[in-house]
Amino acid sequence: MIEQGKAWKFGKDIDTDVIIPARYLNTSEPAELAKHCMEDSDAQFAQKVTKGDIIVAGKNFGCGSSREHAPIAIKAVGLSCVVAASFARIFYRNALNIGLPIFESAEAAVKIQEGDLIEVDETTGVINNITRHESYQAVPFPPFMQELIKAGGLVSYVAGKAGR
Amino acid sequence: MGMTITEKILAAHAGQEQVAPGQLINARLDLVLANDVTAPVSIKEFKKLGREDVFDRSRVALIPDHFAPNKDIQSAEQCKLMRDFARQHDVENYFEIGQMGIEHCLLPEKGLTLPGDCIIGADSHTCTYGALGAFATGVGSTDLAAGMATGEAWFRVPESLKFAFHGEKWNKWVGGKDLILYVIGKIGVDGARYQAMEFTGAPINALSMDNRFTICNMAIEAGAKNGIIAPDDKTLEYVQGRAKREFKVYQSDADAKYANVYEINIADIEPQIAFPHLPENTRTVKESTHVKIDQVVIGSCTNGRLEDLRAAANVLKGNKVHKEIRLIVFPGTQQIYRDAMAEGIIDTLIEAGAAVSTPTCGPCLGGHMGILAKGERALATTNRNFVGRMGHPESEVYLCNPVVAAASAVLGRIASPEEVAK
Repeated sequence: MIEQGKAWKFGKDIDTDVIIPARYLNTSEPAELAKHCMEDSDAQFAQKVTKGDIIVAGKNFGCGSSREHAPIAIKAVGLSCVVAASFARIFYRNALNIGLPIFESAEAAVKIQEGDLIEVDETTGVINNITRHESYQAVPFPPFMQELIKAGGLVSYVAGKAGR
Repeated sequence: MGMTITEKILAAHAGQEQVAPGQLINARLDLVLANDVTAPVSIKEFKKLGREDVFDRSRVALIPDHFAPNKDIQSAEQCKLMRDFARQHDVENYFEIGQMGIEHCLLPEKGLTLPGDCIIGADSHTCTYGALGAFATGVGSTDLAAGMATGEAWFRVPESLKFAFHGEKWNKWVGGKDLILYVIGKIGVDGARYQAMEFTGAPINALSMDNRFTICNMAIEAGAKNGIIAPDDKTLEYVQGRAKREFKVYQSDADAKYANVYEINIADIEPQIAFPHLPENTRTVKESTHVKIDQVVIGSCTNGRLEDLRAAANVLKGNKVHKEIRLIVFPGTQQIYRDAMAEGIIDTLIEAGAAVSTPTCGPCLGGHMGILAKGERALATTNRNFVGRMGHPESEVYLCNPVVAAASAVLGRIASPEEVAK
């Protein structure tokens, strides 16, 4: 699968309280959470995002709490994937478990600028910067993980396999 | 080849003689836990799995502590969803308001987390139980749902980092909180990413269990998978009378392999303050006394235990909370609350001008019971000082230990207990 969208740049150590502030965790409805995605960094972010857009960030993206609401909010607001120099451990696992594609590339995190048009190939891990005519390499996920992401996450993947 | 305590626990739960860092294992779980924020998502996923029941109703713990007592209608709905699930599946360790406490204070107190356990919790501070010599790590709601259904979870065996403390000369007013803030200040908020943090040495063994819980609680703030302290006599004394099932004590082998060893002399550690907006932004209290504050919060899964309250009360005794400060104290559990009452601690706190709350995570994560307005500053014994953590995105949180918090509440700015000592 190939994701294409505009890059939204964030810094390093973007924590889960920035991705979805705890004051909105009195619900777990994806559409509700989406409204407040990245709100404490950019209050209008949810309105500005176009479907398919991509978050590009520095090291340790998603540090902090275990709230699965964080990747859920990113997915529900219409972002297609996250590219970061590195991911915090719990966020990494949560993102895959709910079917949000994420890619690690320190080079992409530095070179991609806000607003660049980006294309990510999930199969090869190649990140093309269409605006700057550059490309960067992330480690691609093995086929089972790509399937899991495509299924929409772990539970749907397991349920789908059981139904076969 | 020798193994670390973390590797030994994981090997035992995976039914293997030996495991090595990087290896993927499937491990048996001794306890799975979730709260009113994370359980609703888990329950939704659990239902999709089509399982009739949880894997073992005595090994699931559900605790309404984040937005409970219910702060609004939506929170009430979330708590109800968890309560209904607990009743339907006969979950033994569901704690209703009145018995409820902050999960990471409550479960050790009830003897539900024990040395040698393998535990997952849909809360990042699940790593707290490492203080008992258990492997405990935070996961998301989907992993938790799978854990509730199967009693198992897969892990990548983490490399271990050793934090070897030595020295005998402790600086005054230094506690577990200062040790962990000092470490995070040195290695950064991703300095232990994906790794195990093992804390060793005579200074660690000299610390009480309450102080050890504080240290392991904040391992996640360095990005760690788990924090761990090998059990000693104090650990065994703590679990004695609480444990209702068998447990096993593990120790790291002398020839265990570590990705890195940090030697730390206790004499180098002074009371610490973490400045906004990351726990790694540490300075000493001495360098921070210019910071004026509006609110002081003493409590949380990090520092809401009896010793924390006692230490704060000792500083506050005979003093009054500054007229421009709101001091909010929230004990970790009902038992801690009662013990603090019996000792006269609660009376001392109220006499000084503190508001004492029922146990809740409320203010720590900006949920309820002490939210900050735009531009306000809090000094807190909690664990995170991220942007907007305790309220308005333009408010600030500074982190410290309970005695520094108490002294600062008296003086209206960040202060050393030395400044108010009688």
